[in-house]
Amino acid sequence: MTDVIELTVNGRTHQLDIAPDTPLLYVLRNDLELNGAKFGCGLAQCGACTVLVDGKPVRSCAYPVDAVQGRAVTTIEGLGTIENPHPVQKAFIEEQAAQCGYCINGMVMTAAALLKRNPHPDDIAIRQALAGNLCRCGTHARILRAVGRAAREMAR
Amino acid sequence: MITLPLTRRRFGQALGALTVAFSLTPPVCAATGAGLPGSLAGNRMLDAWLRINSDGTVTVCTGKVELGQGILTALEQIAADELDIAPERIKLISGDTAQTPDEGFTSGSQSIEYGGTALRYACAEARDILLKLAAKKLGTAYDKLTIADGTITAADGTITAQGGQKTTYWKLAAEVDLHREASAGVPPKPPEQHRLVGKSRPRIDIPAKVTGGAAYVQDIRLPGMLFGRISRPPSYRAELVSFDEERVRKLPGIAAVVRDGRFLGVVAQREEQAIAGRDEISRAATWRETPSLPPPDDIYAYLTSLPTEDHLISSKGGDAPPAAHLSLAAKHTRPYTAHASIGPSCAIAQFADGQLTIWTHSQGVFPLRRDLAKALDMDEVKIRCIHAQGSGCYGHNGADDVALDAALLARASNGRPVKVQWMRDDEFGWEPYGPAMSVELRASLDEAGMVIDWTHDVWTNTHTTRPQKDGCNLLAAWHLAQPKLPGKPEIIPQPAGGGDRNAIPLYDFPRQRVTHRFIPQMPIRVSALRALGAYANIFAIETFMDDLAKAAKTDSIEFRIRHLSDPRAIAVIKAAATYSGWQSDMPAGTGKGRGFGFAKYKNLSAYLAVVVDVEVDRQTGRVRVTRATAAIDAGQVINPNGLVNQTEGGIIQAVSWTLKEQVRFTSEHITSRDWSRYPIITFPEVPEIRVTVLDRPNERSLGAGEAAQGPTAAAIGNAIAHGTGIRLRDLPLMPDRLKGAFG
Ligand code: FES
Ligand code: FES
Repeated sequence: MTDVIELTVNGRTHQLDIAPDTPLLYVLRNDLELNGAKFGCGLAQCGACTVLVDGKPVRSCAYPVDAVQGRAVTTIEGLGTIENPHPVQKAFIEEQAAQCGYCINGMVMTAAALLKRNPHPDDIAIRQALAGNLCRCGTHARILRAVGRAAREMAR
Repeated sequence: MITLPLTRRRFGQALGALTVAFSLTPPVCAATGAGLPGSLAGNRMLDAWLRINSDGTVTVCTGKVELGQGILTALEQIAADELDIAPERIKLISGDTAQTPDEGFTSGSQSIEYGGTALRYACAEARDILLKLAAKKLGTAYDKLTIADGTITAADGTITAQGGQKTTYWKLAAEVDLHREASAGVPPKPPEQHRLVGKSRPRIDIPAKVTGGAAYVQDIRLPGMLFGRISRPPSYRAELVSFDEERVRKLPGIAAVVRDGRFLGVVAQREEQAIAGRDEISRAATWRETPSLPPPDDIYAYLTSLPTEDHLISSKGGDAPPAAHLSLAAKHTRPYTAHASIGPSCAIAQFADGQLTIWTHSQGVFPLRRDLAKALDMDEVKIRCIHAQGSGCYGHNGADDVALDAALLARASNGRPVKVQWMRDDEFGWEPYGPAMSVELRASLDEAGMVIDWTHDVWTNTHTTRPQKDGCNLLAAWHLAQPKLPGKPEIIPQPAGGGDRNAIPLYDFPRQRVTHRFIPQMPIRVSALRALGAYANIFAIETFMDDLAKAAKTDSIEFRIRHLSDPRAIAVIKAAATYSGWQSDMPAGTGKGRGFGFAKYKNLSAYLAVVVDVEVDRQTGRVRVTRATAAIDAGQVINPNGLVNQTEGGIIQAVSWTLKEQVRFTSEHITSRDWSRYPIITFPEVPEIRVTVLDRPNERSLGAGEAAQGPTAAAIGNAIAHGTGIRLRDLPLMPDRLKGAFG
């Protein structure tokens, strides 16, 4: 059963004729052709698919598309671009905080949400905020440095 | 910037464009290529490595591929330095059976050693050819010419016979003929002339990866593309009893249901429809299962009871063991360990005009192509494999397997491309794990506290079941109605070794016997995982060295240095000791511990020493690694920041393996099939890390990506022993034995 679903992603409104229980992740990746959110587990366990819904990080692999109607979805593409990156993205580039980079979408999105909520997180708060985001390459140390750097930059 | 970042749309186009502009085979029948350095030996034509373009760019081709290790950035540094051009001028083509040299697999930390060396010689020779041509054109002596970013100038500034004093690579492009055999006769630049090599350079792939740019095979979208999923049997040997295909076909959006033997898959218009189809297959199929896995509680006893092929890989000293002052013996084990890539394996396949094209994150597009040809009964030349990045793999995961899955589904899809990504449980349940191992050590000390006798026995399966010469090593091929069977398990020979990698100690022992007890039979699917057997062998050797040091009443680091003569080994050990503030008299048994570990990876590659601090909770026995301080000598460093990145990553991954990880199974099923059953390290558990690089610009570059795994494991074991007095020898080092057992 499909339905017309209206969703607003990165400030643009789209109408799609799809099953309302379709996980948001597939709509973002396949219908809107956004690459940022990644399929990692489909089980809400790893965080690779993280996007912001009304500013809060959610796991788009386990979030039905009809639940975002009337709410604002932000993906990493909406956060900033290569030419004009968000401070968190900039800090990840400056700290070279990626190996394969597959997890990095989730790290950037979760960190952006954290810094909005808490502009001056200490190391423990950053680790706690990212505790549910898995990285297999062991980029954690750099990710922590990047989030710390972004916090400092944004405080200026 | 001349190489523009690829946008989503251009990415698809670039990958779709088929350009076979030159031939990789020499015009005359090539000899074996022996004598040429690195991967040049197998790929002798200069234009297989680079081409000069009239538009101001240089196309560089490499058979090595990006796995998140930063290899493409490093190769650009090498080529740009050798050619005297800005790295932005380079257009890299990597891992494409139609366009790049065959460099086998990107594995074993060998890309800089082999791929980098070949590129360096090829570029040096190309530069020389261009200079000679320029000298002729300008009517100037060769040695009067200088190059800056591809512009060749007569250095003395004289107006030359032809009137001009300048030309460029780009002007010469049409006339320069690089379709010739490399001679390797032009020596590459000495380190002091490098502008880029040896300096940190930001990775070229990172900006796209943090802004949602197209970076991965998962991000490729082709016109008319369908989505596929496969539904594997519930266990390795399960037999299909019945399957009601119609139930699956009825679902919305289903384009094809594929059944071939016990290979079952589904193709749909939309990805979530393919996933629903997969779920439906598991309900519509009934299977007959027989317990086929080894006894989970006694896996090491089981493995060591299997027939072995024994190879004495090192033997030193007389027949009779010397009279010992003291002897120790210990047994160490390492469980099956998963690659556990964050992104499950993915591939896209398309059949058009009898040609099959595969986009894949395989570590070896040429070997993969050979196995695909066997599995599909096709002619190899009709298959093209193009590398696109995937999630980090750290060895042989499902990358090759999913390529065949995609091909089998695409074959049923009327020429439309099919993208297949494994689900989480496919990856955890079917990937070839790092093999379980058992290592027994015995050693004797003399009165002076020196080791006089050493015995190392390692029981292990093979550490590679990648696509190889014989058989077909792709999972789905074994499930087809006409199955193609896997090749014979291979031993990776010394000195690099496979399961016996680093089994031969680097220490100078007067008498030693090292035996590789190779178990051909594989009750659980296994293959290459980062560092191969080195992880367990170094864990065993380095924890045992600590036990021996203790027995000799000597500081662990002092004890090691006494048994070493390699000055580079001693230098990294001392560096790690200094930077960590190592003290020989730190109080023991307090719950806080400090440990040391060292190895020269493969006994051929990078030297790494690490000091680890741990805190053990007395009530729960939980271990937390609080800090790791490492020193690494990887010879000449191409990109120091990249080296540190990989080393930090290796340490963190090794902490995770060592404290948390093991594949779980019953006699019927693999049961660790999601992240809750296969937990890995999380942010609150990550130690503070410091890495010091000992740069040696005049030494050859040494593979470094896997150097940290074994030393880190050993250092953790040693730190726990120091902090609690309890020696754990079975990986992972679990808290139960430490609970309430000290203090
Ligand atoms: S893919 Fe959504 S949490 Fe893993
Ligand atoms: S950088 Fe590869 S998974 Fe995090």
